[in-house]
Amino acid sequence: MEMMTSEFLFPALIFGLLLCCAMCVYRIAQGPTAADRMVAIDILGTVVVGFVAIVMVLTGKAYLLDVALVWALVSFVGTLALAKYLVGKRLNE
Amino acid sequence: MNEYIGLTLIVLGVLFDISGCIGLVRLPDVYNRIQASTKCVVLGTTLILVGSLVMLDTLSATIKGVICILFILITSAVAAHALSRAAHRSGVPLWHQSVIDKYAEDGEAEGPVRNTGEEAPL
Repeated sequence: MEMMTSEFLFPALIFGLLLCCAMCVYRIAQGPTAADRMVAIDILGTVVVGFVAIVMVLTGKAYLLDVALVWALVSFVGTLALAKYLVGKRLNE
Repeated sequence: MNEYIGLTLIVLGVLFDISGCIGLVRLPDVYNRIQASTKCVVLGTTLILVGSLVMLDTLSATIKGVICILFILITSAVAAHALSRAAHRSGVPLWHQSVIDKYAEDGEAEGPVRNTGEEAPL
């Protein structure tokens, strides 16, 4: 890895993704309805998958891709459960 | 060469992520927020994954990464549809300048109360 990319570009990318996470957390804390919070949680899960991919490039450890895959899966299941809860049915129907 | 292609894709992906999250913060309505942030963030994360796979350049990581990309592309659309349908059926009001509401016109749901300009109820 060159000096310029490792010293300047990757911190900038990580800062950009942290900005995304901060905006999602703002919407989770602020959002006027419960649906806003659920949308922000879903988007936060997708952003974290990209974050794990960047950390994988930085450290060169390929097992972090499994972490990203499992994170996407758990986020999807959690979002569907929350959407089901929002409609008003019980979760075991 | 692979490194520059991968870095370009990753930078593009981060820019798409940031624009999607700005849409999540700035737009006035839960339905607008869903349609802005889901599309931008899914494209951004897909670009980041493709760029990191191009930079790693191993076969096993590529196979797992393609599975992850396909999974994200399918499930985020499903999750966004389920969330917007649940929000509509639970009566989240539309923005007061929204012009059309096809789901309420179909008669499948009672439809949310159209709010008249004041803040959305909790």
